Amino acid sequence: MSTATQSFTRQDAGPQSADERVEGAMRSFAKEFGALVGMNIESCIHCGMCAEACHFYIATEDAKYTPILKVEPFKKIFRRESGAFAPFFKLFNLKSKITVEELEEWQELMFDSCNQCGRCSLVCPMGIEVADLIEIGRRGMYDAGLAPKELADRARYQAEHGHPEEVDKPYAELLSEIGNAHDVEIPLDKAKADVFVCAPRSDMISNPSAVAAMAKVLNKLKVNYTFASNAIVAENYGHYAGSRELQKTISLRIIDAAKKVGAKTVVVPECGHAYTALRWQAADLVGEALPFKVRHVTEFLAEQLADGKLKLNQVDDEATAFHDPCKIVRKGGVMDAPRELMKAMGVNLKEMANHQGYSFCCGGGGGVNDLERAKPLRYKAQELKLHEIDATGARRFLTSCSDCRVAFEDAREFFNWDKQPESLVELVAANIKE
Amino acid sequence: MSILEFSRGPMLHFALIVFVFGVLWRLTATFLLGFRQHRSEPRASKGQAAAGGFSVLGMRSWPHKEFIGRTAFGEAVGYGYHIGLFTIVLLGAPHVLFWQNLFGFSAPWWPTLPGGLITFISILTVMLMLIATIRRVGHPVLRRISNFDDYFTLVILYALMLTGLMAVLGLGGRYEYILAAHIISFNALLIWFPFSKLMHAFYIFPSRFFNGYMHAKKGAAK
Repeated sequence: MSTATQSFTRQDAGPQSADERVEGAMRSFAKEFGALVGMNIESCIHCGMCAEACHFYIATEDAKYTPILKVEPFKKIFRRESGAFAPFFKLFNLKSKITVEELEEWQELMFDSCNQCGRCSLVCPMGIEVADLIEIGRRGMYDAGLAPKELADRARYQAEHGHPEEVDKPYAELLSEIGNAHDVEIPLDKAKADVFVCAPRSDMISNPSAVAAMAKVLNKLKVNYTFASNAIVAENYGHYAGSRELQKTISLRIIDAAKKVGAKTVVVPECGHAYTALRWQAADLVGEALPFKVRHVTEFLAEQLADGKLKLNQVDDEATAFHDPCKIVRKGGVMDAPRELMKAMGVNLKEMANHQGYSFCCGGGGGVNDLERAKPLRYKAQELKLHEIDATGARRFLTSCSDCRVAFEDAREFFNWDKQPESLVELVAANIKE
Repeated sequence: MSILEFSRGPMLHFALIVFVFGVLWRLTATFLLGFRQHRSEPRASKGQAAAGGFSVLGMRSWPHKEFIGRTAFGEAVGYGYHIGLFTIVLLGAPHVLFWQNLFGFSAPWWPTLPGGLITFISILTVMLMLIATIRRVGHPVLRRISNFDDYFTLVILYALMLTGLMAVLGLGGRYEYILAAHIISFNALLIWFPFSKLMHAFYIFPSRFFNGYMHAKKGAAK
């Protein structure tokens, strides 16, 4: 199977001429230059270890997928424009200016072949945070008008409408239908609530039972919560596309809705990037601490479990594998909550060789799921993960991220894989002690 | 002034000035970029985050078991020749004498290893460097990410190691010329240092620390 992806796509908005594109990338990256970024760039010893942690390199053995190589244009910009010896490099032209052709070539490396999963940051002997550099690189690409069109268009649409593409019916209506279909009351647009909740768009469309499950658990726990019809979608396509402004606008929609109802906590559903965007990035983007706590739904439920408010039945003895979503677990810090929930239900957990903080990515994160052209490469990388899951001997397969489920579902169809990715929260909802 | 006098006189002093000011400027310029304020609710206190920073600072030299199968060889070669270089520079008797003369102090307590052992370690170190060089040229990833900095640094290191061995083993001509070549190689290393990847000798400490600090602050994997 060929893993080659098609050449770059240009987003419609943003700078169009070559010079404007390069200037856009340089200005954008310069905004992010801080001591930590400087250290990350200056420290690299070109040892190549990061490749050995990256599923795209391991699966293809193509050197171009070496994580640190994916930010090469931006290393060059740093050294030429902001490094300690920038005037010297410029004077003797030791670091040439980047060209728009280089940036176009790098689009595939930054978007198609990186899930920003952060596994490479754990192997680097210098402690370089490669995934953060990729994120900064993506922002530069967006400001150069070179983010993939699919992501940029969806980000803009979501910033304007609250959801990333045209829909047949409003999400509020869809949410109501999900409640009716699953016989669960789903509170919408309450004036006041302690907890504000949103839902993954992918679940609302493809896996509505997961949305109903979250509502069912919250109802059982008698949580005073609400959805808001103008801020239902959890995903943040601004984050995927690399646009600071759109990411901020999309985050503000949830932040403002949560503030309006006086929420003390925002529960982020099973969606990894939504969690990162709101939990770890939103406050910095809006320039102030958020007036509420942000909790991933598994984290919230594990807290309820610890407080004795959530009591769970024991499930069957079926051997079960669990995929740790990178943005929630490795990078998000929700390390133990999923296992605490599984333990409380007596799940017969069979760990993969690489699990928890060291888990391989599902292959679909970071917007890769949305890039049609990246599919061949993604499938190649996903094979690694599917083999690891199969090696556990498990029959049941759980995870706590809707984006991961989309990626596994797609791989299941492609490879005719024999496992169905299931939602951990659904399992919890089905096993609440009455 | 003989070439030997020049190499350990004015040239050494010039090289030391470039080294000290260059290193200080490069580090200062990086820190002057400033640290961003992080406004998200942290999962760990500053003390716990700092403990995470120190943990990565100390532990990252030993790869996690999940990676070791793929990285062990490269790491063994890399750390191997670094340990060799440090042993030669810090425990070789002529070098200990050199440091004492350079900095003007006497340290009879400073231990040294027997000359034969240092020579053996030097040969081993050169062999490990050779393996590292072959990997850099032959391994697709290393070849792709390597640049002038990597190769020029290796050239200087080889010059330094080989002239040192030649001086000890009495090879290659008059001793004072070989010794001068050795010291000139060292001076070249000092001058090249602040402009090159050799700076990792300093960056490794803050880079690892802040990686661990930021991860611990989020409760993320380290």
